Amino acid sequence: MSDVQANPLNGEAQFGDYVALLKPRVMSLVVFTALVGLLVAPVGVHPVVGFAAILFVALGAGASGALNMWWDADIDAVMKRTQSRPVPAGKVQAGEALGLGLALSGIAVVMLALAANLFAAGLLAFTIFFYAVVYSMWLKRLTPQNIVIGGAAGAFPPMIGWAVATGGVSVESALMFGLIFMWTPPHFWALALFMKEDYHKAGVPMLTVTHGRAETRRQILIYTVLLIPISIWAALTTIGGPFTLATAVVLNAIFLKGAFDIWKRAEPQAEADKYAVEKLFFKFSLGYLFLHFAAFLVEALLKTYGLGGWA
Amino acid sequence: MSFRPDHELHGRRLSRNIGLGVTLVAFVALVFALTVVKVTRGDPMQGFDHTVRPELDRTTQP
Repeated sequence: MSDVQANPLNGEAQFGDYVALLKPRVMSLVVFTALVGLLVAPVGVHPVVGFAAILFVALGAGASGALNMWWDADIDAVMKRTQSRPVPAGKVQAGEALGLGLALSGIAVVMLALAANLFAAGLLAFTIFFYAVVYSMWLKRLTPQNIVIGGAAGAFPPMIGWAVATGGVSVESALMFGLIFMWTPPHFWALALFMKEDYHKAGVPMLTVTHGRAETRRQILIYTVLLIPISIWAALTTIGGPFTLATAVVLNAIFLKGAFDIWKRAEPQAEADKYAVEKLFFKFSLGYLFLHFAAFLVEALLKTYGLGGWA
Repeated sequence: MSFRPDHELHGRRLSRNIGLGVTLVAFVALVFALTVVKVTRGDPMQGFDHTVRPELDRTTQP
C-alpha cells in the first residue's frame, strides 16, 4: 500500500499551507522596510500605486521564500526550527513549492514594472534571483559567509521602495541597504549560538560550526561595530534628522553593549544561564531594525510639519 | 443538507478554493484600481507598435 492510500490527506494542503510557503513573518519585515523606503523618498507616490508596489514587493519576497523551501526541503526536515514547514511536513509537494515560487516571481516582477517602473522591477527580480539562487542554492551550503552574503537579499526591499518613488538609487537608499546588510550577521549568528544543534545536524556551514563559537562571538562584535557608522551616516543624510540621530545613538549603544556582553562570555557561562544574553540580543536586534526604520518614518512625518530633518 | 458527512479532505479543498477565489477577486480589484489611477493621472498610454510615433520620443518633447 502506498503512502497516498494510507493517508488520503497527504498532499491535500489547505490554503494556509501555501501562505506559509511565502514565509509571512519574513514578509512583514520586507513590507515594513520597503514601505519606509517608499515613504521617506523625496518624490510622492499615489497611495494606490504605493500600495500595489509594496504588495508586489512582498509577493516577490514570498516567492523567493517558496523557492527557498523547495530547494532546502531536505535540511528543513532535519532542523527542529523548520520541521513544521509545509514541504517537510508533507502538506505541500516540493514541486508545488517550485511552481508557486516561479509563478509568483513572474507575476510580482511584471506587475511591479507595470505599477511602478522598470528599475524597481529589475531590482526585485535581482533580489529574488539573489536569495533563491546565489544564497539558497549556491552559498548557503558552501561557505560560513552564507549569512553575510545572504543578508544582501533581505537588504534590498527599502532600496526597491525608494526606486518605486524615484526610479533610481541614491546615497540614502544605499545606506538603508547597508543598515540591514550589516545588521543581518549579528542577528543570525546570535540565533546560531543558541540553536546550535540544528545547524550542526543539517550540515549547514554556519560560522559556529566551521570556526567555533568564540570566533562567532568575536564576529558578532566586529559586525556590530561596523554597523554603527552606517547607522549614524544614514541619520545625517536627508532621510535623517535630530530625532533619527538621537534614536540611532541610543539603539547603537544598547546593541553594542549586547554584542560586547556576548563577546566576553565563555561557553560554559552561556550554557549555565541557557544563553540568556544571546537570546536577549537576538530579540533586541529585531527591535533595533524596526525602531531604526520607524525613526526614518517619524522624521519624514515631522518634516511635513516643518519640524524634522537637518534643513 | 448533505447525506454524507464531509471528510477533512473536503474541508481542505474548500479552504483552497475559497482562498484562491478571494485572491483572484482581490487581484482584479487591484488591477482595476491601478488602471483608474493611471488613466485619470494621464500617464503615457501608448507603447511602441512598429510604427514611428514622434509623441513617444521624449527627446523631442518640449
